[in-house]
Amino acid sequence: MKKLFNSLKQAMMAELIKGFGMTFRYMFRPRATVNYPFEKSPIAPRFRGEHALRRYPNGEERCIACKLCEAVCPAQAITIESEPREDGSRRTTRYDIDMTKCIYCGLCQEACPVDAIVQGPAFEFSTETREELFYNKDKLLANGDRWEAQIAANLSKEAKFR
Amino acid sequence: MENFYETYAVPGFWMLLGVLAVTIVVLICVAYITYAERKVMGAMQLRQGPSTVGPFGLLQPFADGLKLMMKENIVPTGADRFVYYLAPALTFVFALVAWAVIPFDSKLVLANINVGVLYLFAISSLGVYGIILAGWAPNSRYAFLGGLRSAAQMVSYEVSLGLVIVCVLLCTGTLNLVELVEAPRPFWQWILLFPMLVVFFISALAETNRAPFDLPEGESEIVGGYNVEYGAFAFALFFIGEYANMMLLSGMTVILFLGGWLPPFGMDFAPFTWIPGPVWFLLKIAVVLFCFVWARATMPRYRYDQLMRLGWKIFLPFSLVYVVFVAGVLLATNSLPGQ
Repeated sequence: MKKLFNSLKQAMMAELIKGFGMTFRYMFRPRATVNYPFEKSPIAPRFRGEHALRRYPNGEERCIACKLCEAVCPAQAITIESEPREDGSRRTTRYDIDMTKCIYCGLCQEACPVDAIVQGPAFEFSTETREELFYNKDKLLANGDRWEAQIAANLSKEAKFR
Repeated sequence: MENFYETYAVPGFWMLLGVLAVTIVVLICVAYITYAERKVMGAMQLRQGPSTVGPFGLLQPFADGLKLMMKENIVPTGADRFVYYLAPALTFVFALVAWAVIPFDSKLVLANINVGVLYLFAISSLGVYGIILAGWAPNSRYAFLGGLRSAAQMVSYEVSLGLVIVCVLLCTGTLNLVELVEAPRPFWQWILLFPMLVVFFISALAETNRAPFDLPEGESEIVGGYNVEYGAFAFALFFIGEYANMMLLSGMTVILFLGGWLPPFGMDFAPFTWIPGPVWFLLKIAVVLFCFVWARATMPRYRYDQLMRLGWKIFLPFSLVYVVFVAGVLLATNSLPGQ
C-alpha cells in the first residue's frame, strides 16, 4: 500500500513541482553577486594585497635592512642586499619581491619591526608580462607613497590587536 | 522559355526568399535563446548573466559567434577528415530543414505537405546521424562515449515521442500540420491530452540532450560529449544545431498541444485576435523554451540507467496504454475525427 502511494506520488511529480516553484521564486530575488569592474565589495582592514614599502613622515624610508622578512618568507620571494649609507645608517640597496612567487601570507608584514613592508589594499595589479611582476625597491616605495593614507588608517585600526 | 520563367523561376525565387526569411528568423532566435538562457539561469541562481556587451548584454550572442568564427579550427590527427567536417554540417542542416513544414500561420508555411508530422519525425530521427558521426570521426574516446550515449538516448525517447504524437493524431485525424492546428477540438480533449503534453515535453528534453538528460554532454564525466574534439565554427554549428532543435521541438509542442498560432485557451475575441498568428506562435515557443531553461536551472543530471528506465519502463508503457485509452475514449464518445 505504501509502495503504491509512493509511486503515485512520484507520478504526480510533487517534489519536482516543488523544486520548480523554488527556482521560479528565486528568479525574482535580487542578485547576490557584485557587478565587479563597476561595483566593488568592501575590503577588510586586514586585507593582504599588493606589497608596499613605507616611509616616515619626514621622507626617510622605514626599512632598516634587518632581513627578517627575507628570512621568514616561506616562498622565498624576497631578496635584500644592504650597505651602510654615508651617514652611517644601514639601508637596503636592493629590495626585490618576486610577485609571481609570493603567496600573500602576510608573514613579512608580521615580521617587520618598523612596519616598513606592508600589504596594502590594492589587488588589481595584473600585468601582461611576467617581468612586470618582479617588483624592485623603487616600485615598492612608489606603492607605499601611493597607498600611504589607506595603509596608515588600516594599521591604526588594527593596532590594538597586534 | 517563357513557360520556364513563369512556372519555375518566379515561384522558385519567392520560395528562396521564404527559405532565407525563415532561416534568418530561426538563427536570430537561436542567438537570443542562448542569451535568454544565460540571463534566466543567472536570475534563478542569483547571478546577473551577460551584461557588458551592448545594452543589457544584448550583443553577447553575436560577440560569441564572432569569437567562434575567428578561431582556428584544429583537426585531430587520427580523425577521418571527411566525416569530421560532415558531422557538424549534418546536425546544422537537419536542425534547419525541419522548419520547412512548421506553420507560423495558416498561410505562412514554406511547404504545406500532407505528411508534415511524419516529415518532422523523420528529420528529428536523422539528426542522430550528425551526432553519431561526430562521436566517431575524431577518433577520441570521450567523443565516442558521448556519441554512443546520445544515440541511445535519442533512439529510446523517440519511441515514446512517436506514441505521444499518435495520441494527438487520434484526436485530430490529420498529418497536415496546418489542419492539425485548426482541427476543432472540444475542451475535454485538451485535458485528455495534458498528460501526453508532459510526456512529450520530458521526451523533448531527452531528445535535445538538455538537462536533466544532458548525459551526452556530461562535462563532469566525459568532458563534453560528442563535440569535445570540435572547435571554432564547427563547434558553433553543433551549438546552433542543438538550440535550433530545441526551438523546433518547442514548436512541435506548441503545434501539437498548445494550439499553434491561435490565441491561447480558445480566447478568439477582440484584444487577442488583433495580435497576428506568428506572434502568438513565437510567444508560445518562448514559453516552452523558458520551461527548457527552467528545467535546466532546477534539476541535477540523471544517471544513465535512470534515464533508460524512465524511457523504456515508464514512458513507453505509459504512452502505449494511453494510446489505447485515448482511442477508447474517442470511440466511446463517438468523437473520432472523420465521422
